[in-house]
Amino acid sequence: MGSILEMKGITKRFPGVIALKDVNLVVQAGEIHAICGENGAGKSTLMKVLSGVYPAGTYEGEIHFEGREQKFSSIADSEEQGIIIIHQELALVPLLSIAENIFLGNEQNKLGVIDREQTHRRTVELLKKVGLSESPETLITDLGVGKQQLVEIAKALSKKVKLLILDEPTASLNENDSAALLDLLVGFRAQGMTCILISHKLNEISRVADSVTVLRDGSTVQTMNCREAPICEDVIIRHMVGREMADRYPHREPDIGEVVFEVKDWTVFHEQHEDRKFIKGVNLNVRRGEIVGIAGLMGAGRTEFAMSVFGRSYGRNISGKVSLRGKEIDVGTVQKAVAHGIAYVTEDRKGYGLVLENEIKHNITLANLPGVSRLGVINEGREYEVANDYRRKINIRCAGVFQHVGNLSGGNQQKVVLSKWLFAGPEILILDEPTRGIDVGAKYEIYMLIAQLAKEGKCIILISSEMPELLGMSDRIYVMNEGAFVAEMQTAEASQEKIMRAIVTAGKD
Amino acid sequence: MNTNVEAAQTTAEKTPLSTIIKKNLREYGMLLSLVVIMIFFYYKTDGTLLEPLNLTNLVLQNSYIIIMALGMLLVIVAGHIDLSVGSVAGFIGGLAAVLMVDMGWHYVPAAIVCLLAGAAIGALQGYFVAFHRIPSFIVTLGGMLVFRGLALALLAGQSIGPFPPQFQLLSSGFIPDPLASEGLRLTSVAIGCLVSGGLFYAAMRQRANKLQYGAETEPMAFFVVKNLLFAAAIIFFAYLLASYKGLPNVLVVMFGLMMLFDFITNRTTIGRRVYALGGNEKAARLSGIKTNWLSFYTFINMGVLAAIAGLIFAARLNTATPKAGVGFELDVIAACFIGGASATGGVGKVTGAVIGAFIMGVMNNGMSIVGIGIDWQQVIKGVVLVAAVFVDVYNKNK
Repeated sequence: MGSILEMKGITKRFPGVIALKDVNLVVQAGEIHAICGENGAGKSTLMKVLSGVYPAGTYEGEIHFEGREQKFSSIADSEEQGIIIIHQELALVPLLSIAENIFLGNEQNKLGVIDREQTHRRTVELLKKVGLSESPETLITDLGVGKQQLVEIAKALSKKVKLLILDEPTASLNENDSAALLDLLVGFRAQGMTCILISHKLNEISRVADSVTVLRDGSTVQTMNCREAPICEDVIIRHMVGREMADRYPHREPDIGEVVFEVKDWTVFHEQHEDRKFIKGVNLNVRRGEIVGIAGLMGAGRTEFAMSVFGRSYGRNISGKVSLRGKEIDVGTVQKAVAHGIAYVTEDRKGYGLVLENEIKHNITLANLPGVSRLGVINEGREYEVANDYRRKINIRCAGVFQHVGNLSGGNQQKVVLSKWLFAGPEILILDEPTRGIDVGAKYEIYMLIAQLAKEGKCIILISSEMPELLGMSDRIYVMNEGAFVAEMQTAEASQEKIMRAIVTAGKD
Repeated sequence: MNTNVEAAQTTAEKTPLSTIIKKNLREYGMLLSLVVIMIFFYYKTDGTLLEPLNLTNLVLQNSYIIIMALGMLLVIVAGHIDLSVGSVAGFIGGLAAVLMVDMGWHYVPAAIVCLLAGAAIGALQGYFVAFHRIPSFIVTLGGMLVFRGLALALLAGQSIGPFPPQFQLLSSGFIPDPLASEGLRLTSVAIGCLVSGGLFYAAMRQRANKLQYGAETEPMAFFVVKNLLFAAAIIFFAYLLASYKGLPNVLVVMFGLMMLFDFITNRTTIGRRVYALGGNEKAARLSGIKTNWLSFYTFINMGVLAAIAGLIFAARLNTATPKAGVGFELDVIAACFIGGASATGGVGKVTGAVIGAFIMGVMNNGMSIVGIGIDWQQVIKGVVLVAAVFVDVYNKNK
């Protein structure tokens, strides 16, 4: 059998960034082809190019499918040819039934009137293929995530699918559901279907994949055939992370004191799915002047952990203890957490960090308005002074502190969020992806600031998906995977390979 | 601290005039539109618009709308809406009539009970909106029906009146004139001068405070001209009213509330937090702001202001009717949106809402004098509302 898909020299640019650089991908007909890589390696972008989300003309390179060059201008175009993609976030309508979801946009009808019998009959057939015995009338919201994933696949099968793409299909599934899903894929392969499986779980890849392509920083590193020789996990890990530590980090001389902040047996249940344990008994401590990193891939539960500690801003049925200098403290609301000196700098600065249509100075004082007011009346002069002070100290580039934050660049917006929390006078700073989406120069300034804060004796918890950043900045690193801490290491003994190994092997034992 | 202040002073930047005008463009634009509309109707009505009698009527007719617009602005900035204010005002008017006329209460305790009832109504609606997250549109749509119905039930479908004479003074009275002048009421002119002088002084102090911390301020000349114009407008307005019967009591109440709410929204922590809540609720919550309590408070405040408006309206008609306040909510909400409030929350100014209310009021008044029928008046008002918001959104997206 020859190749069913060839992507040649794909380059995709976004303003200021090259997301994909000359990527080549060859998928043989009838195989399961795994694609792996870190967050931001370009996996999803590549799949969006393939499925027509980014229409032909917005990228460079060629796509050949079944021997013909294709220029897809929309998802409908690629689906027409039999390329179906199932995204990580499921695209099902919760309050519609299984049958309605499967035929959404493709309703079985006669002259515009839905043919209920045919819908029902075909749904039953499709559900049988994916091993579901639910009634087609069951609402999606009543199904578990695993079964929802199977409905997605059934939906894909309802169209004439030749190439099925699954983007991290097992990310939110438990052990049994994952195994069932993988078996299903193997079954499809026997029937001659081709699959692309995006995953970073090496045990899954070695179980089902016929070949693996590794992406890193928007380029293909290598494609390996798993049938000729069994794949070596070490090789894949090295390919995934093998970038040089090109970024620079400020030099620090850590002066680490006693344990100040401690979290014990922290357990949180998922906000929507009540019975899903999301954070599983996490223990963490931070010493005075220490920067503690939390590594992990997207969806590992790092943000949810941090937000649940910060005034229960995430999740439900939260249990566990938080203590400050050995004394248990109540962090039940954001007010209490802030009063105890905890600050959480969000990863989503536009959604959770800033009031975009307010001025810089109003954003900076928002978490500590009493600090610029007396008897509830704001002293505008003092507020200006405070804001301008931070503007100069951490170099917020703007026309003036009266400027609306919505008009600032990402790096400067991040500095405003940091200023807001610094003005609240915290002792424990949880920084969630503090350098996401900002340019190298601003990154370095933020690293300097973090180092300075640690030097002042503050406790820093640094959540980051960029491993070089964690290795360059922290003193100690916890590795998180699927809601649990799976490893803890001193940075001196840590390496990107070691962290990645802890993550990818966590599922095995 | 002192060294900081000095350091800040040396680096204080001069803000160019164009930046300041640009920043306040929409407010000045609003004010300009109001002036243009006034001049237009001044000519169209051969000067009737600004005759002291008509001006007094204009204030009396619009006072309750403006007072409710103050509360509505906070509700809208917080990201909600209140459709029930007209019904609530009607219901409170009925309650006042039952207490004062049927039961013979003194007007002071009766008014206090009415204000408390307004607060309770606001609290009830706010409770469902803030703590149970039921959309305010639905809760207050329900409230609109409920309180209209209750007003009918309370008055048994009848009009009740007249009110005790002292209570009527709330709407029909004018401030006493101890100077007892013939023709021109000197007390009113004096108060106009005092108020404009006081406002000028307050503006100077605020400017001095900003300068002390090195904050950017308007150039001195611009500042003086702007505030002198403002003061002159107030004195002129007071003079016109003084040549009729002087300042109406309602105007004093309304002006006091306007100043109070302008202060709350611009200068206090609670005002700042309401803007943050409406601008980005999640960010506000994660900054330690009790967002649901804040929403709750804005509805209580709205209830109290609707009660004040209800009392004023009842005193003005000198009778409580079950139909009182029908459609008020539309004028109030329109005033806020014409005044630049954003339907998605987080944006809006008290001054804007007041100007918006005056634009509606002057247009109502002017069109009536000119003799435009009620049919076309509604059409024109509707067009003005949409056009004002369109210009706003268009400028924002440009």
